[in-house]
Amino acid sequence: MKEKGWKECLWGGLIVDAGNSVLYKTGDWRSEKPIRDTEKCTDCLQCWIVCPDAAIKVKDGKIVEIDYDYCKGCGICANVCPFDAIEMESEGEA
Amino acid sequence: MNLALSGNAAVAYAMHQINPHVVAVYPITPQTVAMERFADYVADGDVDTELIMADSEHSAMSCCIGASLAGARVMTSTASAGLALMWEVLYVAASNRCPIVMNVMNRALSAPINIHCDHSDAMGARDSSWIQLHAENVQEAYDNIIQAIRIAEHENVRLPVMTNMDGFTLSHATERLTVLENKQVQDFIGDFTALYPLLDVENPVTYGPLDLYDYYFEHKRQQVEAMELAPDVIVKVGEEYGSLSGRPYTKIVPFMMDDADIAVIVLGSTAGTARVAVKAMREKGVKVGMIKIRMFRPFPVEELKKSLKGVKAIMVMDRSDSYGAFGGPVFSEIRSVMQKEDTDIINYIYGLGGRDIRQDQIEQAITETAQIAKTGKVKTYVNYLGVR
Repeated sequence: MKEKGWKECLWGGLIVDAGNSVLYKTGDWRSEKPIRDTEKCTDCLQCWIVCPDAAIKVKDGKIVEIDYDYCKGCGICANVCPFDAIEMESEGEA
Repeated sequence: MNLALSGNAAVAYAMHQINPHVVAVYPITPQTVAMERFADYVADGDVDTELIMADSEHSAMSCCIGASLAGARVMTSTASAGLALMWEVLYVAASNRCPIVMNVMNRALSAPINIHCDHSDAMGARDSSWIQLHAENVQEAYDNIIQAIRIAEHENVRLPVMTNMDGFTLSHATERLTVLENKQVQDFIGDFTALYPLLDVENPVTYGPLDLYDYYFEHKRQQVEAMELAPDVIVKVGEEYGSLSGRPYTKIVPFMMDDADIAVIVLGSTAGTARVAVKAMREKGVKVGMIKIRMFRPFPVEELKKSLKGVKAIMVMDRSDSYGAFGGPVFSEIRSVMQKEDTDIINYIYGLGGRDIRQDQIEQAITETAQIAKTGKVKTYVNYLGVR
């Protein structure tokens, strides 16, 4: 997202367009990245339930991907996984 | 129409003529009577105002901000410790660009406890991005309040305005003043146009989001711009008010400055005493003039530079101190204005906690300043006038 100058912004941080948080790709904050092992994963969806950023994408009851645009790398998915199917890897190495 | 009103009654009278949508208040001496009088107008059905009795000044200003963002024309009034308690939310009001108009009956800050006039309260809020107007007498206080509505709400400004008047000296003094008719006031201020109101549910908006290193600075820069655009609006509104009432208003009021060697700089009710002292000293052959500053924020740099050009010495009267600084707040401003000039500038801190300032004391200070203009020798730059 291109950052605006002071002449282009509305005053006081006023937001007039609803639903704009999608423009803010919070995946930039991540230092550790969850990597899913598709062979160990049983699609139990425990990770989907706990993910605070709705970054586990599910279609027809199956996990299709982890949305790295919004995943902040909190690691709760790896922590909750009963099958050790999610590993957290340092962003530098991943 | 001429009326005899105390400063407090005049504030309430102006507010009832403005008929704001919302007033949120908390009582504090010396402005309590203004709000009592205004509450009478509400009780008598003379205004349509929703009057909110808040549980503190912090809450009162917070209510004002909420109402303003919701889309209302909002006013309040406070003094001293009340203004100090509002400090945090003064910034919220200004940063959210709420055109709130607040009358401040200037009073000293504790401790020791003191209910009388000085400018410590207003000067404590000088950096909060509120426009500040200062009145010399009850007439000016009344006139400033009505003009403040137009200034605050102007699309180029959209900042809150604080109209200052000296506690007790003006709030509790009954003076004769000329008031406008209610309809004249309503025509002058016009209808309130809410910009991005929260109550416009068809166009939802968010106020006060998290604003970190990526945008906060830009939003502060916008406030600077609003302050830079405000003086032209203040002058135009002052001229228009002049053609309506016969009393035009500007940023500063120079008096006998055309051929002056020395200048007295003053804010508020002391301007009246200083004018008499200046006249008396002129009769004694001292070429002295004075400048009353009406608009303290934004500070009228160019007008002062022009008016003070060629003056040999300046005495700045401050009714508050900035402890540990080199002189009072007005003194600091004047020194910045005159940075390229070779003019001796001295400071007289006076009248703290309502200590009377007499004509002979100002004359004595003028005599000392005239001596500095003659010799170029300054004994002390920051002086305390009227302290034992």
